[in-house]
Amino acid sequence: MKKLLIVDDEPNIVMSLEYLFKKEKFEVFIARDGAEAIEIVKNNTLDIILLDIMMPNVDGYQVLKYLKQNEDFKNIKVIILSAKNKSTDIELGLNLGADKYIAKPFSTKNLVKEVKQLLNLK
Amino acid sequence: MSSFLVISIIVVYLAVIFYVAFWAEKNSKSKWINNPYIYALSLAVYCTAWTYYGSVGLAATSGLKFLTIYIGPIIIIPSWIILMKKIIRITKGNKISSLADFISVRYGNNRFLGALVTIVCVLAIVPYISLQLKAISETFNVITEHTISGNSILNDTTFYIAILLAIFAAFFGTKYTDATEHHKGIITAVALESIIKLVFFLAIGVYVTFYLFNGPSDIYSKASLLPNFNSQQTINGLGGGFNWFFLSLLSMVAIMLLPRQFQVAVVENEREKYLKKVAWFFPLYLLLFNVFVIFIAWGGNIIFQNQGVDADLFTLMLPLKNNHEFLALLVFLGGFSAAISMVVLSSLALSTMLSNNLIIPYGFLRKYSKGESKENKESIKNIRRISIFSLIIVAYLFYKNFTLDRSLVSIGLISFVVIAQLAPAFFGGLFWRRGSSKGAKYGIIVGFLVTFYTLILPFIIDSQVIESSFVNKGLFGVELLKPYELFGLNLFEPVPQAFFWSLFFNIAVYVVVSVNFIGSYRERNFAEMFVDNSKYASLHENAYVWKGEAYVKDIRKVLIRFLGIKRTERALNLFFMKYKMDASYQLADARLVNFSEKLLTGSIGSASARILISSVVKEEEISLKEVLGILDETQKTKETNKELKERDKQKDEFLDTVAHELKTPITSIRALSEILLDDEEVDFETKNKFLGSILNESERVSRLINNILDIEKLSSGKEKLDLKNTSIKNTIHKSIDAVKQIAVHKKIKIIDKGVTDANVIFDEDRIQQVIINLLSNAIKFSEKGIGKIEVQTNINEHKIEVSVEDNGKGIHPDELKSVFDKFYQVKNQTVLKPVGSGLGLAISKQIIESHNGLIWADNVKPNGARLTFTLPLNIKTT
Repeated sequence: MKKLLIVDDEPNIVMSLEYLFKKEKFEVFIARDGAEAIEIVKNNTLDIILLDIMMPNVDGYQVLKYLKQNEDFKNIKVIILSAKNKSTDIELGLNLGADKYIAKPFSTKNLVKEVKQLLNLK
Repeated sequence: MSSFLVISIIVVYLAVIFYVAFWAEKNSKSKWINNPYIYALSLAVYCTAWTYYGSVGLAATSGLKFLTIYIGPIIIIPSWIILMKKIIRITKGNKISSLADFISVRYGNNRFLGALVTIVCVLAIVPYISLQLKAISETFNVITEHTISGNSILNDTTFYIAILLAIFAAFFGTKYTDATEHHKGIITAVALESIIKLVFFLAIGVYVTFYLFNGPSDIYSKASLLPNFNSQQTINGLGGGFNWFFLSLLSMVAIMLLPRQFQVAVVENEREKYLKKVAWFFPLYLLLFNVFVIFIAWGGNIIFQNQGVDADLFTLMLPLKNNHEFLALLVFLGGFSAAISMVVLSSLALSTMLSNNLIIPYGFLRKYSKGESKENKESIKNIRRISIFSLIIVAYLFYKNFTLDRSLVSIGLISFVVIAQLAPAFFGGLFWRRGSSKGAKYGIIVGFLVTFYTLILPFIIDSQVIESSFVNKGLFGVELLKPYELFGLNLFEPVPQAFFWSLFFNIAVYVVVSVNFIGSYRERNFAEMFVDNSKYASLHENAYVWKGEAYVKDIRKVLIRFLGIKRTERALNLFFMKYKMDASYQLADARLVNFSEKLLTGSIGSASARILISSVVKEEEISLKEVLGILDETQKTKETNKELKERDKQKDEFLDTVAHELKTPITSIRALSEILLDDEEVDFETKNKFLGSILNESERVSRLINNILDIEKLSSGKEKLDLKNTSIKNTIHKSIDAVKQIAVHKKIKIIDKGVTDANVIFDEDRIQQVIINLLSNAIKFSEKGIGKIEVQTNINEHKIEVSVEDNGKGIHPDELKSVFDKFYQVKNQTVLKPVGSGLGLAISKQIIESHNGLIWADNVKPNGARLTFTLPLNIKTT
């Protein structure tokens, strides 16, 4: 079972994503901000993270930086899910080491496809 | 020492100087050339051969008075950080290349004024150059033969040196047609010479003080035994004090307005910030230079007592007398350096004035307006080259044919006084917008005539040993007209008194004429730009008012004649880019006219530039009032533009946030409904939960949209407040009722803790909206079950204060202000994102402010936040 972490502060977005990936047989973890996300990363061997950017306290960029600077976590796949979709934002996210940048609002089908592709699932 | 040896050394020395100049031109970007020290050292061209020999001479005969020449600059230079900055900015902004052009531009590109300033400068400086040549010649003779003797021109080494200097100045000074280009070769060479002359002078100073004598106290004790010693070393009472004061003032003017000083300080200035270094470095240089002057002078007086040695030559004679020929040679080279720096820079500065402000505007405009760019450029350079040679040769002949055996100082000071005649027009032009060209013209002429009468004429009569009763008895024997004691004023020595009277009349005429004859609109336009430089500099070409008809193609044609096709096109492209204009634009506007004038100014002077451009455009007369009006408007438009830009930026940011805030609920709606649509196996409970969420998020979107529209209406002032005399108590209670349900649900108490009633004029719906918002926030941040909210009012004669206080966690002190920002969500929310748009407090603030009230947040003890707003009791409609 692949382990997936959802990091977002919007309860309804979290709810939909949780449903979606549980259905796809993922083990789903939930963090409501960056600090929580880092705690979960430390205690579980995750495969992939769906990461929001604009969150209170520790934001998505900071989480991403933390992951990429750490030998143990830098191989975890990261998809940024953000409502910020200016080319400068996308560039910044990808430069920091995200594998994908998907703008909100997103298509659930497409998101599932991208996640599977990144994890080499059929 | 044999003349052959000395000449060889001079040749080697000049070769080194040429090489340094050449190297500097080649490596003009190098750090070694572009630094504040080179700039400060080049200013030391102020210290000429006069400083080298004349200071000592003056100190030997008149004590400490030589210091006045250096006190002025030392006092004024620290102020350059502000004053010179202004002058440099104006000069660069208008592409000015000389002092004459500066004054000419200020008074409306006035051709006559530029020419007048040029003539005054030439009259003042040519004798001064002669003096330098004389110093070279005399010291050369002293060092080779130990005597001063005359010889014919062709046998005179000085003649050949003069020619070499002219070649040097012409070669490095006329590389570019544009005289505002920096002459890095010359400046670097001058800076090097400034080091050489200082080091060598210090060497002779140390030699005299510590080798020939046993230190300063030894010299002092021996010198104090000489006759006249005491009377020399004091200021000499009131009259002496005035003399000191005026001489210092004179040198203050000289350090800024001598053509060579203007050249190095203003035209050759690379960066404004260099002035900060100069402010201490240059005064230090001058102080160092003067440390030993008095000791050398005393030493000379002691050793050469009653031997009839010219005190001006003490510096050289002291080592020679003691058979230290090598040291004497160093002194000679130091003095030589000082002299040639002055000759080269003065002739360069004067040649620019002669060509751009006298010869071209009065003789060559017609020719140039038909010529090709290559011929024109060559011709301009040739005029400058010929000017340099003529100036130096005339100076040489002047020295050969007039007996200049007065001390170096006196001729130098006469030059200073003549140059000082430009001060009222120059400084008046900088600080007084009413100063007019007529005033400047007549002021300079009158000042010059007074100088001529009180200083130059008696000096000529004296020095040429012409029999005349003019000096002693006055013109026509009238005592009051005695040149050295004009109107019976006998407090001063000749130079300070000439300075006093000439400037007195000069300033009086300048002021009276300026006040009575208002200048043209063109003049006034430049006056505004000069006086209020900081205000207009950022407007660039927009600060120039011009009305009329002009075509780009005509102006282009004129430009091509001087700049060539390539440079013209490049300049015009830059111009069009700067003002975001289409290059195919046909009609020229004021900006292009001004821009083109400036482009030409560096090459042919401002007056000619103006004449040439106006020959191809049709200009309409404008009244002075109109010019001032337009200038004022341009100024305001600029400010408005800045505000508009700022507002645009804010709007962009606002829209960005709005987009982001709208996308968030839409993301949920889309994801949830897609799942419901695609997944047929969703159980009933989940389905209901999802549908409920979709509904909530939809409501959030519409709430957000309403809020945004609200805030937009309020901030743009489109919303008219429905102002009525209303009971505040009623409104508060209505608001409490509106949120009671939610509070009860969360088990939170809302307590009326003393609400006094008052009839206030306000928009009830809007104020209710504010109170409800404050209450909802309080409910949101209060803990379930133990939350307590208190509402109370405070009233005084001016205003009523309404506050809503909770017992929640309070607001972080850093956030007390920002909670009122649009879309601000407090940082330390422990709950999931609260259901809110982030606009509530921003809207409340808008509403309260449009009622002329205030709203703020603070924390209460032991815990909780309090939000308070005020309404004025006698509110005026906004």
